[in-house]
Amino acid sequence: MSKVIKFLQGNEACVEGALMAGMRFYSGYPITPSTEIAELSSEKLPKVGGKFIQMEDEIAGIAAAIGASLTGKKAMTATSGPGFSLKQENIGYATIAEIPLVVVNVQRGGPSTGLPTSPGQGDVMQAKWGTHGDHPVICLTPDSVKETFDLTIRAFNLAEKYRTPVILLTDEITGHMREKIEIPDVSELEIYNRIVPEAGDDYKAYHVDDGDIVPKMAPFGGGFRYHVTGLMHDETGFPSNSTQNADVLIKRLMGKIEDNKEDIITYEAYETEDAEYLILSYGGTARTAKAAVKKLRAEGIKVGLFRLITVWPFPEEQVRALSEQVKDILVAELNFGQIKLEVERVVKGNANVRLCGKANGEILTPEELIKAFKEVL
Amino acid sequence: MNNPLVENYFRMDKLPHIWCPGCGHGIIMSAIARAIEKSGLDKDKVCIVSGIGCSSRAPGYMDFNTLHTTHGRALAFATGVKLANPELEVIVIAGDGDLSAIGGNHLIHAARRNINLTTICFNNNIYGMTGGQYSPTTATGDKGTTAPYGNIDRPFDITQLAAGAGATYAAKATVYHVNQLQKYIEAAIDHKGFSMVEAVSVCPTYYGRKNKKGSAVDMMNWLKDSFVDMKIAEKMPEKAVGKFIMGEYVNKVEPEYTELYDQVIERLKR
Repeated sequence: MSKVIKFLQGNEACVEGALMAGMRFYSGYPITPSTEIAELSSEKLPKVGGKFIQMEDEIAGIAAAIGASLTGKKAMTATSGPGFSLKQENIGYATIAEIPLVVVNVQRGGPSTGLPTSPGQGDVMQAKWGTHGDHPVICLTPDSVKETFDLTIRAFNLAEKYRTPVILLTDEITGHMREKIEIPDVSELEIYNRIVPEAGDDYKAYHVDDGDIVPKMAPFGGGFRYHVTGLMHDETGFPSNSTQNADVLIKRLMGKIEDNKEDIITYEAYETEDAEYLILSYGGTARTAKAAVKKLRAEGIKVGLFRLITVWPFPEEQVRALSEQVKDILVAELNFGQIKLEVERVVKGNANVRLCGKANGEILTPEELIKAFKEVL
Repeated sequence: MNNPLVENYFRMDKLPHIWCPGCGHGIIMSAIARAIEKSGLDKDKVCIVSGIGCSSRAPGYMDFNTLHTTHGRALAFATGVKLANPELEVIVIAGDGDLSAIGGNHLIHAARRNINLTTICFNNNIYGMTGGQYSPTTATGDKGTTAPYGNIDRPFDITQLAAGAGATYAAKATVYHVNQLQKYIEAAIDHKGFSMVEAVSVCPTYYGRKNKKGSAVDMMNWLKDSFVDMKIAEKMPEKAVGKFIMGEYVNKVEPEYTELYDQVIERLKR
């Protein structure tokens, strides 16, 4: 058992976590503020026999990672803003073809080239709806360097368990911030590996066996010759135009996430037990929110913080339950209300929902948030 | 009628294929199967990757590890497969639009890296799947559904494009000259490094009809008359006037990408 104390950036902690989760392949394209993830991966991966490749563009960056995952390797790609837009089509591909993959988006100010070195949280809805068509999404967002480490491991575990791309949505705040972090021994971690078929099995590549959540996944080259496509397919993996079949597949894809929300959703509820007011936030901005809650509590105001750790699927039930308890929910985020709209949808008028948000590249300060909060008093 | 090649290398239950009568793509697909048979590759260690389009449906019929990806991206997916598991023989099947328009960036960079991928371009000079739009290899002046007044673009020579970008093996043949085509595919599979075989195909349904090229047989005869072997062209240049040149454009040995990466891993162990 060796414990290592380090002083790391969030982006560096992401790579440390990925390697502990078993990442052995990284492909990507340089983009600020995510580039340190590529740089550190290029340094560390060959030392553990893994592979790093800088591809010709963002699209190739995710495509190569999907290809690598099909050979049985745990693969990751990382990007920011414009690069996340470019990766969307292949996120959909990995979703329908059920290829485990971690996609990191270190959010910056947008739209377009926007504010490359400044924080933003304008990609939360893109993380859910960015690729075309109905599809399930798992998206996690950390608020610290340590949690970036933890959630990167969790992202790999969820990707393997549910055979789906998992989006780790960090931001320039957590990506570039440095904090002390204790790196645990790998033996203390729970690492999930995809289930592979046994040799000699009558293998149908997209058939879910009884008791399994997803189809077993054979590595290319492992003796199971099968077909992978982004077309609607039947349980053999071959394309099918049948509407009945498409119905079965899309419902299974949605269902494997929806039916396992309890396993996937995590959150932090801070000082919410007796709360009459709620601040809801996530990512780097949640640190501001927690500071504001502490100051308001010191003034005797019964306010709590609900922090999203899993953004998608959204913790609907938890937020709805709190909305029955509090009078007002202030959503703090670095955009013009993307999660605020989701909260409004979920609380169904139980509580007043307000926004403290901006998208000019600045972080929210506790004072700004307190001022916005006090407007309700 | 039993055909051992078909039974060994094709998914019998997925045939017949979707291609139109007279389409040249089946000829290329069978040439690839024969080349794989000749090369003696283990079926379990062959991975065939394609993008989107008529030609990209081929992997679905072929009994290997097969990956039908997104439009233009076959080479990028294949690069990940090959680098992650260099033991696999990775063959990329791509149409002219898939490979040189939407996927053009991946083509030049895969060639530049000299990664050991074998790319077979099914070049029918048209976007067939979407109904006959002009592609980057449609000749100037030819018609497509999006070039109703004649194409004003200049076409790519895909073989020379790959060669210029650094492919260490690049050859061109047609579906009429199928023995030569198969020989080049065999050489490309055996070649260590990025190899590219441009297989000039025919699309009687869209390209032929739009450009009044006659029947599928007429189009095959056109291939026969329009292409001259590079060796003949060198000896008797007068025979090559106004003709397309087929042959091995490049065949050279240079360091291969996945081997270079493995050397880095080995060096770091010391």
